[in-house]
Amino acid sequence: MKLPISWLKDYVDISGLEVIDLARILTSAGLEIDDIRFAGLPLPSRDDHGFKVSGIAWDREKLVVAEIYEVNPHPNADRLTLCDLFDGKDRHIVLTGAPNLYPYKGIGKLEKPIKVAYAKEGSTIYDGHADGLVLTTLKRAKIRGVDSYSMVCSEKELGISEEHEGVIFLDDDAVAGTPLVDYMGDAVLEVSILPNHARNTNILGLAREVAALTGRELKKPNLDAGLMSALGGQPVTDLVKIEIANPELNPRFTLALIRDVKIQPSPYWVQRRLRLIGMRPISNIVDATNYTMFEIGEPLHAFDYDVLVGRDSISPRITVDATNYAMFEIGEPLHAFDYDVLVGRDSISPHITISTRTATPGEKLTTLDGVERTLTETNVLVCDSAGPLSIAGIMGGAESEVTDKTTNILLEAAAWNFINIRRTANQHSLPSEASYRFSRGVHPALAIDGLKRCLSWMAQWSGGTIAPGIVDNYPLPPKEPTIEIRESDIRRALGIEIPLEQVKGMLERLEFKCDIQPVDNSILDDSNTQISNIEYLAVNPPPIRLDIGTGIVGVADVMEEIARVYGYDNIPETRMADPLPPQRGNISLEREERVRDILASLGLQEIITHRMTAPEIENRLLPSNNESSNIRNSIIEYVKLANYITPEKRVMRRSVLASVLNVVEKNARIAETMQVFEVGSVYIPVGGDLPLEPRRLSIAMTGKRYESAWDSKLGVKFDFYDLKGLVEGLMDALHLSVTYAPAEHPSFHPGKCAAVLLGDKPLGVFGELHPLVAENYDFVSPVLAADFDLEAILPLMPAIGHPVRPVSEFPPVLEDIAIIVDENLPADRAEALIRQTGGKMLESVRLFDVFRSEQIGAGKKSLAYALVYRSYDGTLTDKDAAGIRTRIIKRLEMEIGAKLRS
Amino acid sequence: MLEKLNEIEKESLASLAAIEDESALETWRVANIGRSSPVMSVFSQMGSLSKEERPLVGQRANQVKVALEKAFAEKQEAVKQAALARSLATEKLDVTLPGRPVRRGRLHPATQNLRRILDILAEMGFQVYTARDVESDEYNFQLLNIPPHHPAREMQDTFYIDTGETDESRKQVLRTHTSPGQIRAMREFSAANPHNPPPIRIALPGMVYRFEQITARSEVQFNQVEGLVVGENITFGDLKGTLSDFVRRMFGQNAKTRFRASYFPFTEPSAEMDVECFVCGGKGCGICKNSGWLEILGCGMVHPDVLQNGGYDPKRYTGFAFGMGPERQLLLRHKITDIRYFWGNDMRFLEQF
Ligand SMILES: [Zn+2]
Repeated sequence: MKLPISWLKDYVDISGLEVIDLARILTSAGLEIDDIRFAGLPLPSRDDHGFKVSGIAWDREKLVVAEIYEVNPHPNADRLTLCDLFDGKDRHIVLTGAPNLYPYKGIGKLEKPIKVAYAKEGSTIYDGHADGLVLTTLKRAKIRGVDSYSMVCSEKELGISEEHEGVIFLDDDAVAGTPLVDYMGDAVLEVSILPNHARNTNILGLAREVAALTGRELKKPNLDAGLMSALGGQPVTDLVKIEIANPELNPRFTLALIRDVKIQPSPYWVQRRLRLIGMRPISNIVDATNYTMFEIGEPLHAFDYDVLVGRDSISPRITVDATNYAMFEIGEPLHAFDYDVLVGRDSISPHITISTRTATPGEKLTTLDGVERTLTETNVLVCDSAGPLSIAGIMGGAESEVTDKTTNILLEAAAWNFINIRRTANQHSLPSEASYRFSRGVHPALAIDGLKRCLSWMAQWSGGTIAPGIVDNYPLPPKEPTIEIRESDIRRALGIEIPLEQVKGMLERLEFKCDIQPVDNSILDDSNTQISNIEYLAVNPPPIRLDIGTGIVGVADVMEEIARVYGYDNIPETRMADPLPPQRGNISLEREERVRDILASLGLQEIITHRMTAPEIENRLLPSNNESSNIRNSIIEYVKLANYITPEKRVMRRSVLASVLNVVEKNARIAETMQVFEVGSVYIPVGGDLPLEPRRLSIAMTGKRYESAWDSKLGVKFDFYDLKGLVEGLMDALHLSVTYAPAEHPSFHPGKCAAVLLGDKPLGVFGELHPLVAENYDFVSPVLAADFDLEAILPLMPAIGHPVRPVSEFPPVLEDIAIIVDENLPADRAEALIRQTGGKMLESVRLFDVFRSEQIGAGKKSLAYALVYRSYDGTLTDKDAAGIRTRIIKRLEMEIGAKLRS
Repeated sequence: MLEKLNEIEKESLASLAAIEDESALETWRVANIGRSSPVMSVFSQMGSLSKEERPLVGQRANQVKVALEKAFAEKQEAVKQAALARSLATEKLDVTLPGRPVRRGRLHPATQNLRRILDILAEMGFQVYTARDVESDEYNFQLLNIPPHHPAREMQDTFYIDTGETDESRKQVLRTHTSPGQIRAMREFSAANPHNPPPIRIALPGMVYRFEQITARSEVQFNQVEGLVVGENITFGDLKGTLSDFVRRMFGQNAKTRFRASYFPFTEPSAEMDVECFVCGGKGCGICKNSGWLEILGCGMVHPDVLQNGGYDPKRYTGFAFGMGPERQLLLRHKITDIRYFWGNDMRFLEQF
């Protein structure tokens, strides 16, 4: 919503306030000013004001009102004229090419001087011929042999609008010599209107806010002043009646009539204000509806009354049986009625019936933008007996539109259901200034104000005669809440003490009706007598507001008004005095964060990806050569989006690993080494209920094991055991004693894939990607990946703490043993046997070599372990160690057929 | 014999003087003061000397031995010093060569900032409450005072889930804000003690989703952190004080705040809290769009309907709520111009945090 300062001043005196002050006051009260465009008024002196400012200031001396006495042809140029002009002090001959001066060229001294905006030599204005806004300073020059040093200005040159078709013709009240800035200097504030500020989508509304926030008087326009002198003719109530089919959708509909209007341009000041507010002036009648809408907030619609009368006379309105319908259809009466008798009978009752109803599906209407629109049953129409005239509250129909030839105007002001208007405007992509207001809620009481105000503007600007009366159908007035406010309510909500008397004053400035009343003694028992003298404020919202609720909601709504007027900044900051609530923590989040910390400490980079994906993107997790992705598609159900921004983001993911691999692929040529993880949800549909959102952890690593440095060119790449080391590091840090078993998983290499188990419970799977899966991606190196179920892991993390072993002070006995075993024997089996047999004395076992050779024999391998024996009770002797060693070797020989390698 | 000893001493000292490295020195030691060196062999020949000669020769041989040993020790030290000096002089590294790379793991910048926010809130008594991503229309909108076709729905473009559900309340959406967690928390806490529900002080972090094109300035998903306080004595002054405290912890003790009236369907009164631009100090710059202020969070007193929907009697309880965007803070702090970097996961971006 644009707010021209000159228009605001009609309703509130803002003397002493700079434009910037005003912007600040409005912003803090919830009317945020986005930017300020100056069109004449001086720009702020300092630049630390905190607003985006643009535009131009008009020099008081150099830009003044002038009057043209005579428009003469240029001796050497047909398209130029020479204006004989008076600037209040001196006469000048001013050269101009303005087309709107041509009609006056060479007709001698004008009957009535033309008032114009005059820029003297040296003044700075915008260049009218440049694209965009380019400042220029007027200098003396000779154009086609004639001296030129000053100009008559267009709106573009003064920064009022883009308009550069001709120069401005000011209204008659402009006095030559008056500084232009005094006559019409302006600044336009761009105000963001919040959804609950429907009342402020107009200048009077904003003026009311300024008045309330600055403690000034609101000068409301006298709506009846312009009406009485222009009344005449048959009352509209004799001519028109209104039928409302659905009051829920159309709580009020009013009509008025004005006759014998002369369609012509509006006065200049009206045109200028409309352009400043972003509306193109069209004609006095259309402008009057728009001006009134911007002025007081009621959107209005003007019908060409004679078009309605014409439609009515050929419509089958007066027929009561089917035969006459047929007459119009086939052009030949089946039964002769005296039609004129019927018309005569009909004319006793009102001629025109305007009705509002919902559209029948498929019904069509050509709106005044020339588009034929097909309507649905939720669209509300304004109709006459011949059919639809306009889409209610949104846009008029082309047929009944006001034209240059219009003389009689039927003026509509109505109230509509804001939800319905919103839906219809969205449905037809028809945002309009009217629907903008109606879709936020316009109070039905404004209809009459709107009609009155608009009629008086129309009479003033077009010379029309207003038909007495208003046709008013008001089946559903809104509830008028009374809200009770106590001082204690204010203390409770805002934490401040304000006497009711002061609150009353604040709310009255916003036009609430307020009345201080004693609390009814009869409802209090004796024990409460000491508070029986407490008063409350009975508050009624003004008939411009639909945003104030009832009961305790109404109290909260009024509280916001009190806080706004009191000033949010004036409410002191306090620290909560309420007791600290029970401390519950969030165990699963704490554990999840622990997992993140461990992985980062192991050198991994955390990533966070989009959770929307597509099945075909996730299917890349399966080998490319078979039909597994089809199978997956038929098995895996997705949480699907009904609306999506792109098909690649049309479902919620089922795999975090797929997200992680996408990132690895994306970075494959950016980073030579990558170790990444993501913790996040996957989404599993559950019939009509909300989906499951289990947490997953996925890890991927690829690239060089050692980063390239200047003195090492080691090209070794990550393999299975790098990832396994990482997984072991994670499990160790989580204090989970897991085991690893060969596993099968379609995404992984069949020989390089392991399951992580805690007892029998699977926690996750990891390995090298299957070559046929890797083929689905643009990878540079083999990719190792892991996929964990955090829902399984997190609850297993020790809640209190894991037990810590004591540290022995005695020296160890160190020994290496190498055993030869079958190639197929899993290494962890040998180690488990060694540990079991070694018992408490065996402090650590470390596999330090795996060796194969002809000497050992085919199908065999050698495993070499470094053992550390140590006791907590004393120094072990070689003899002690030898005893343990012997037991270990015997056990290995017996259980797995191992042979000691000498 | 004495002459021979003099000669031995002279020759040995002369040959020692010429030595410069440790191996020659060792050779000299073996040759000149070792077991079979000339001076040592003099001791073994003592038996063949006369009684008169023996003490003289013995004394002299001892003198020579001590002298040679002393000279050796001195030489040894000198050689060591010379070697050290040589090695110090030659072993000169280019200290400007880069060190060997160590791999550093990192948390995603969004996680880092989320934690920072939650840590500060935790110190202020806010506990973390997490809720789901896919929500019902009822929880995401209706219970938060946003009925179907409410204008506020246009403030948040919504992803709907394709469930075939026609009942408006049971329609599923990707949560557009973490606020449905407010209802879930209040209902959970009040269910345990419906007549006397406990006070609440929670932080609600999580990913939220908006149906928008992905551009440098808009994303389909981003984190949000909300706070919710409910109690019997919670005022708008508490809201201001708590949030100003938070901002001073987050942006420095000198951070200035400004509260403006605003609108959210689930709070009344509602406010927008701005922090004085930390880039330009309030003078106006590109980051704050020349306003001198940065919009950091939206807040307000919990709407009575929302308290009621959560099982807290609005006649007895009041509360405040606030919400902020961690990624937005990062954009401002680090002058990041493209919001797509966050979920783009380019290592060159992530490695800068
Ligand atoms: Zn700034």
